[in-house]
Amino acid sequence: MTDLLYSDVEEDLRASVRDLLADRVDAAAILARCETGEPHDRDTWRALAEVGVTSLQVPEELGGQGASLRETAVAQEELGRAVAPVPFLGSAVLATAALLDCGADDLTRALAEGTATATLAVSLATAPGAAFPSGVSVVGGRLGGVVRAVADTSIADLLVVPAIGDGGPELHAVRVADVGVTITPSVSLDLTRPVADVELTGVASERLAGPDRAESTVDNSLLVGAGMLAAEQVGLAEWCVQSTVDYLRERHQFGRPVGSFQALKHRLADLWSSLVSARAASRYAADTLATGDPDARIAVHLAASFCSALAVRAAEECVQLHGGIGMTWEHPAHLYLKRAKANEIALGTPGTHRTRLAPLVDLPA
Amino acid sequence: MTTVDDLRERTRALLAEHDPGEALAFLRARFDAGLAWVHFPEGLGGLGLARELQSVVDAELAAAGAPGNDPEKIGIGLGMAAPTILAFGTDEQRKRLLRPLWTGEEVWCQLFSEPGAGSDLAAVGTRAVRDGDGWRVTGQKVWTSNAHSAKWAILLARTDPDLPKHAGLSYFVLDMTDPGVEVRPLRQITGEAEFNEVFLTDAHIPDTLRLGEVGNGWRVAQATLMNERVAIGGRPIPREGGMIGVVAGTWRARPESRTAELHDRLLRGWVESEALRLAGMRLRQQLAVGAPGPEGSAMKLGFARLAQELSGLEVELLAEDGLRYDDWTLRRPDRVEFTGREAGYRYLRAKGNSIEGGTSEILRNIIAERILGLPTEPRADKDVPWKDLPR
Ligand SMILES: Cc1cc2nc3c(=O)[nH]c(=O)nc-3n(C[C@H](O)[C@H](O)[C@H](O)COP(=O)(O)OP(=O)(O)OC[C@H]3O[C@@H](n4cnc5c(N)ncnc54)[C@H](O)[C@@H]3O)c2cc1C
Repeated sequence: MTDLLYSDVEEDLRASVRDLLADRVDAAAILARCETGEPHDRDTWRALAEVGVTSLQVPEELGGQGASLRETAVAQEELGRAVAPVPFLGSAVLATAALLDCGADDLTRALAEGTATATLAVSLATAPGAAFPSGVSVVGGRLGGVVRAVADTSIADLLVVPAIGDGGPELHAVRVADVGVTITPSVSLDLTRPVADVELTGVASERLAGPDRAESTVDNSLLVGAGMLAAEQVGLAEWCVQSTVDYLRERHQFGRPVGSFQALKHRLADLWSSLVSARAASRYAADTLATGDPDARIAVHLAASFCSALAVRAAEECVQLHGGIGMTWEHPAHLYLKRAKANEIALGTPGTHRTRLAPLVDLPA
Repeated sequence: MTTVDDLRERTRALLAEHDPGEALAFLRARFDAGLAWVHFPEGLGGLGLARELQSVVDAELAAAGAPGNDPEKIGIGLGMAAPTILAFGTDEQRKRLLRPLWTGEEVWCQLFSEPGAGSDLAAVGTRAVRDGDGWRVTGQKVWTSNAHSAKWAILLARTDPDLPKHAGLSYFVLDMTDPGVEVRPLRQITGEAEFNEVFLTDAHIPDTLRLGEVGNGWRVAQATLMNERVAIGGRPIPREGGMIGVVAGTWRARPESRTAELHDRLLRGWVESEALRLAGMRLRQQLAVGAPGPEGSAMKLGFARLAQELSGLEVELLAEDGLRYDDWTLRRPDRVEFTGREAGYRYLRAKGNSIEGGTSEILRNIIAERILGLPTEPRADKDVPWKDLPR
């Protein structure tokens, strides 16, 4: 049966990820970093890799932890709660899912063991179920083309690149350091997960999958990504609700705590109630992905649609209910707002997910 | 001759006698001709006419390509300081302050909010103490938009801490170039620093720059806030004049981004924006003579909600491009430019619309209590001397 709870092992994992992040990632450090040329926190990323958090769903024989996407989702909740600037989505989720799916064992091992970091070279706005990306082609055995808005490139060594070959969709691995790879960071709405444009000109590559497999591998990777992103949105929303509750308990106006005004209590109670459903939807997505349940696709569209809308609402409420302070750069609320809003677009907007859900649940337009 | 014809004639005479190419001289002449704001009294830039008649003048001037006074830059002066000065100022204050305010020679800011007094504005703690024929002011203000470019501030300060909070306040005009005024930029979630912290240390204000009686500051401030809400929510705009126009433009330019769901949300936003625009028009017609009432609160509430929903929709509609931002550079702008920037900026800046000028929650309380007459919250702090309040 579907298990929507957290096991003791998962709770332990949560506690240790939370501790690790609490020691390393605070708003001041994120703000200091986010406008520099190195938006990602390499040390924290390494520390996560050392304790195995970046390879939870990878089998032990490939250097991973032999757990499942249920555990990955727990880690991703915590990373969301901390808006941690690490390339978890790109490397530990999207690229790892693609490499595992097409049996690229050596590269999977490199990621799992922390000797390499990767990302999937697709636009972050691509939803599962979308047409195979066509920005890159294979010409004379070399890759050429442009992919815009790719996440988590800043410390990536490796790109997993969907490309169109003579016979159709293919999947390739490219070393970022190789000749012909140009990565141009964009000024990004999400300061903690910036995107970049990737340009490939006559780049040598390793072919990972051909037309028989590449399309389903990429789609599966996007599906897994959207499911894990829903977990991130849950963690993020939880931070927004909790920090707002904490603030409204302390902040006094009119001679009383602002949180004593019923209008605000009700807003937070509504948010919390939505979180109850969001958590369940996100757990369902993680569990069905982990077990290969045939309902996984429905579960992911459901979770992505619901959790993103909730996270944006929670972050918006967080800013609003902090008043003027919430509008300042110094206060972390905006980091969450920007992440939540960018996540709403990432791997499909809620509207796109509902559109994809419709035929699966026999509700055609 | 009808009033409209007369106004047209006066405007043409102004254009004939003054070179619109000399912007400042032209604006001053326009003020002196009573064509600045026709609803103001004669001698103060107006002709004592109905507010709506201003459009007659504006249309003539626009057709002639005459220079404007950059209302985006001087909105606090035009929308808040001016009506307050008109209502509560002495003749000398009106004569001295209104002309350069309107021409834009002197920019204004609003020193109301403090770290401890935002929604509860009547709790402000900045102290004004008598000093000969003037006042010495000490305290900290915060979130002050445009303090960095302002010559003058409207200031709410406490003159008697022994009285209950509403009773011990007075309202002043402060010269921002006084040596006791220090302005520090405060960066916003948009990256820029539109607002500031303002530290006042024995800043000097001559008593001739007090607006209204000593101890009557709360009433004067209420008038400012009513006007602010009307100014924010109720200015005349054409169809698709606000955020809806921007988002509609994006929609029209991007057929590839269209989905049924976004379309429905856009159309809802269009309908609500247009209904609100008409409500504003109706409100202005009601107000043509009288002072602004609390209805302005409803306008501001709707304006903020729509600006936020629609700017959020635009980011979503842009999808991949919505993941980008135009510029995080710390700048100190002198205006809010929703149209000169991109969608991400609009989305973030619009978050302030439901906070600045009274939060949407406070506006709802005002509507519920002052318009609907619902019972007020119990207010334990109302009759307690300000100095004894818990904080
Ligand atoms: C962009 C921007 C520009 C600004 N410019 C200026 C300026 O030029 N000059 C100036 O003086 N001020 C300015 N302000 C300040 C603004 O007026 C205050 O931020 C606002 O009044 C709220 O006060 P606060 O920030 O202290 O929030 P708080 O009063 O602490 O409120 C926190 C939260 O509690 C809610 N709340 C408080 N009381 C109640 C209640 N009774 N019932 C229900 N909910 C309640 C609020 O709505 C808010 O969501 C600006 C603010 C912004 C964001």
